[in-house]
Amino acid sequence: MSKFVAILKKRYKRIIRMKKFVVPFICLFVIMANTFIVEGAETHSEELKNATHNHDECSCHHEEKYDPGASAFHHIADANAFHLFGDYYLPLPCLLYAPSKGFTFLMSNAFDMHHHGSGTKAIDGYVMVHGSIMRVKQEGFPMDGEVEVTCYTEKEAADGKVTYQVVYDEKCYELDKKTSYDGGIMGGGVTSFYDFGMTKNVFTMILAFLILFFLFRKAAVSYITRKGQAPKGVQAVIEPLFEFIRNEVAIPFLGSKYEKYLPYLMSIFFFILGLNLIGQLPFFPGSGNVTGNLSVTLVLAVIAAIITNFSGNKHYWQHVFNMPGVPWPIKFILTPVELFGLFIKPMTLMLRLFANITAGHIVIIIFVSLIFIFGQAGENLGGSILGGVMAVPLTLFMMAIELLVAFVQAFVFCILTSSYIGAAIEEHHEHH
Amino acid sequence: MMLFLADFSVIRPEPGLLIWTTLIFLLFWGLMGKFAFKPIQNALKEREQDIQNSLDAAKKAKEEISSLQSHNENLLKQASEERAAILKEAKEAKESIISEARERAKEEAQKIVQAAKVEIEHQKMEMLTNVRNDIGLLSIEIAEKLIHQRLSDKQESLQLTQKLVEEIRFEN
Repeated sequence: MSKFVAILKKRYKRIIRMKKFVVPFICLFVIMANTFIVEGAETHSEELKNATHNHDECSCHHEEKYDPGASAFHHIADANAFHLFGDYYLPLPCLLYAPSKGFTFLMSNAFDMHHHGSGTKAIDGYVMVHGSIMRVKQEGFPMDGEVEVTCYTEKEAADGKVTYQVVYDEKCYELDKKTSYDGGIMGGGVTSFYDFGMTKNVFTMILAFLILFFLFRKAAVSYITRKGQAPKGVQAVIEPLFEFIRNEVAIPFLGSKYEKYLPYLMSIFFFILGLNLIGQLPFFPGSGNVTGNLSVTLVLAVIAAIITNFSGNKHYWQHVFNMPGVPWPIKFILTPVELFGLFIKPMTLMLRLFANITAGHIVIIIFVSLIFIFGQAGENLGGSILGGVMAVPLTLFMMAIELLVAFVQAFVFCILTSSYIGAAIEEHHEHH
Repeated sequence: MMLFLADFSVIRPEPGLLIWTTLIFLLFWGLMGKFAFKPIQNALKEREQDIQNSLDAAKKAKEEISSLQSHNENLLKQASEERAAILKEAKEAKESIISEARERAKEEAQKIVQAAKVEIEHQKMEMLTNVRNDIGLLSIEIAEKLIHQRLSDKQESLQLTQKLVEEIRFEN
């Protein structure tokens, strides 16, 4: 009898121990799902407004269709305000520059945002549409001071090009997106203004920086204060990761010169990992899709390319321009290929990280969107429940995968950069 | 398709984000490198060195102990060997002394016996001489007496002489 009780106690303890992990996890998921559901509902009811077909008159009316694609793009996009909950936004400083007007500095709450990050005010010709600042392009709009605007619409031109419009005083005014350097391929290009403000992504990066700096500084200090003792706390968490990158990434590829590049490789790994993990949180202060933004991965890849090519020794450049031991006609093919390789390598770094993180986020949002797709945008409760039943396990699965991807992608970026640098600094003794 | 691209803003490199990312990453690299990664790396390296040193020291100590142990064993072995040798020597010495003593005693005894024999012989000779001298004197006395007595009786004197001579012969 006492044996039976002992077994029961043991089981009970195990359940308690499991509860410690499972309960917060379930809570987290429920909160996450709720965040999405609330935002999704807003998307449905408030976001999509269309201009009437009449081009002369401008009015706002709701479109009843829910668009999961648009919802996904909105959620992964960078923003000029950080959504907290409901109609509350964390104001972020915006530094805007229009060549025709000069600099404008304001806090994002000046736009008085309500429905899904769209402001009700225009300031100096700038408006806030879906969390992103835009500038009025068309003439006739008051370009100085603050004015109330009615709403925002999309308008399809005769050539199929879609533009955003602001409705002010019952008239439509075409809007400019912020300048981007995609050469118009991805629907951007150089426009009438630049945004140098601290966006949601910048905020997230600074946050990640501060968190990581705090943690690592704590660990570094405990190496001094707890000298000669076993690692403990933060130190014990950081040490295996640090040693893993050092022993499995830096030393195998860089050999004896590894210490020179160690701070860079560690920075790459922990910066990407930190941002990936913060990006996994579906609510403030997470949800910033930083490593899933091409601008960020572009910078990281360019820095990797600069370090690689500036570390390159004689052998490295010889292998690029004049591969030794190859018949000369082949060199006409090989040298251009190698030269392309110099650009393709960082480009793959850039795209791999961007695509992995963005794809993961989009899939999660699409899974959550099942609730609205099956629920026919809130008209069918049974469908919503069915969608929810499907969405929860699928999202849970995807989040687990994303957690893995967060580590894998940080590691892959780090190990590939390390291998590129390693190839650039390697001393060749034998010739091919 | 155009709408898809129009809204997929994350793929468009924006100048603001490019500048901010560059700035933040370089700052991150610099500060983390100086205040976190380098101290941690140094501490780890130092600790690895410490561990290696400790292991080496332990190994050395172990070797020393084992060498000391074998040395002690050797000493013990040597001592026991020496003891055995000494004991053996002592035994041998004892035996040789005993046998020598025995030999000597034998020789001495023989010498004594020899001397005694010589003495006995000597005394015997002396006694014999004395006896002979005494017998001679006695025979002379007897002869004198006989001569005195028997000169009167010739027969009788002859018989007596004969008898005496016989006696002497038997006695001798």
